[in-house]
Amino acid sequence: MFDNIGQVVLLFWRTLASLPVAWRQREKVFEQFFEIGNASLLMVCVLAFFIGGVLALQTGPALVARGLPSAVGGIVGIAVAKELAPVMMAILIAGRIGSAMAAEIGSMRVYQEIDALRTMNINPIHYLVLPRVVAMAVALPMLVVFAILIGWFGGATVAAVNRHMMIPYAAYFGDLRNMVELKDVANGVFKSFCFALIIGTVSCHQGLTTMDGPRGIGRSVTKAVVNSIILIVMFDYILTRMLLH
Amino acid sequence: MNPSHQPAYGVRLEVRGLHKSFDGQEVLRGLDFVVEPGEIFVLMGPSGSGKSVLLKHLIGLEAPDAGEILINGDSIMTPEIAAKYRMALVFQSGALLNSLTVGENVGLYLREHRLKTPAEIARIVAEKLADVGLADAIQKMPAELSGGMKKRAAIARALVIEPQLILYDEPTSELDPLSSVVMGQEIWKLNQRTGVTSLVVTHDRDLAFGIADRIAVIDEGRILAIGTPESIKQFKDPLVEKFLKADFKRETQIKSL
Repeated sequence: MFDNIGQVVLLFWRTLASLPVAWRQREKVFEQFFEIGNASLLMVCVLAFFIGGVLALQTGPALVARGLPSAVGGIVGIAVAKELAPVMMAILIAGRIGSAMAAEIGSMRVYQEIDALRTMNINPIHYLVLPRVVAMAVALPMLVVFAILIGWFGGATVAAVNRHMMIPYAAYFGDLRNMVELKDVANGVFKSFCFALIIGTVSCHQGLTTMDGPRGIGRSVTKAVVNSIILIVMFDYILTRMLLH
Repeated sequence: MNPSHQPAYGVRLEVRGLHKSFDGQEVLRGLDFVVEPGEIFVLMGPSGSGKSVLLKHLIGLEAPDAGEILINGDSIMTPEIAAKYRMALVFQSGALLNSLTVGENVGLYLREHRLKTPAEIARIVAEKLADVGLADAIQKMPAELSGGMKKRAAIARALVIEPQLILYDEPTSELDPLSSVVMGQEIWKLNQRTGVTSLVVTHDRDLAFGIADRIAVIDEGRILAIGTPESIKQFKDPLVEKFLKADFKRETQIKSL
């Protein structure tokens, strides 16, 4: 994957440079935005609820046994907001939307639609890449905010019904409010914004460089998802380290 | 900068010493020819002779290793060329955008470059589709069209540009004989009506001899013969004669020969 990292960076730079024409492409941005939200919202809810739930289940009984039931809300709250919601949602979106982007653009490349755009003097970056990257950069942070709230609620539900915890909703959310600060949520949202840029750029790049006919489309989709996930995990560490203090 | 819309008129196309290799394999080996303004120039040759690669060079999708392509004396590689001259390529497959309707495909150039108001674009799209006999297909998706309809829709998309140079890549491939005749007539009528310089790449002999002002025969990246249809028929070269006269014979007939 690192052999074409320079091309990915160049595509990202060209996409940034084309931001002034983003308003002209607003219809396509809204189209992509709707596609991302519509296709992912239910999955985000289910995934986030169970992530919050399983986190409460893993940490809650041990904390309660040591006389620390008030830490459950805070631990679930911080872990979901700063780490689990942004990373898990980014991985979900890389699989669900990044793959679709690579497949669609790859198919356009294979069937000469991108060549046709070029012959009409239409820049494929303006027409295809920019709307997707911008829509992703707006949609993923919004989905992550949603995932954080649902994740907290999932943790609260498990903490309330599990017989080893039995922490009331009000107490759980009170503890969560005491421990989680707004900057923790902002931290997670910022990370998800960076992940969105990675997913959008990597997926579009794989689509644009598709070769060898229909078989190449499958290869591009796989590489788009795998490369996105690897970069998400690497950048998660780098961003966490940067945002630590 | 977008090209301004002026009445279509043909440009002069000149190819000088064009060379291109892929992975060490030479595909174009020093091509030289000129297409005069308003001319229908047909490039014939067997599959794999370098015709489609040449087309990609002519529209600027590929850069040559050596040689140059000039439009009215300006190199195709200069950045201003797309703003100065209007050129269109009708792809072999049509290359319509599958996510757009036929009408949206045809109006794409005008819409993306903001050259007309939406109402004017709708009028022009309807007019160009009617010109190629596809007035009823405006709301259809490309997947709903036959091969011939896709090619005609691609011609309508090219017409919207009001091109000064139009390139056709295998316009009659995958078409039945009747549709091939209709396609040939469309190319000829468009040339007569607008004076557009037309370069047609094909291995369809009927089409080539039916519409061409001049024909070039290409093989293994070299031009073997160039001239009027009559002179090409008289051309004495074993490869050219073989390509122009090759015909299918049943095995029994072959044995009896």
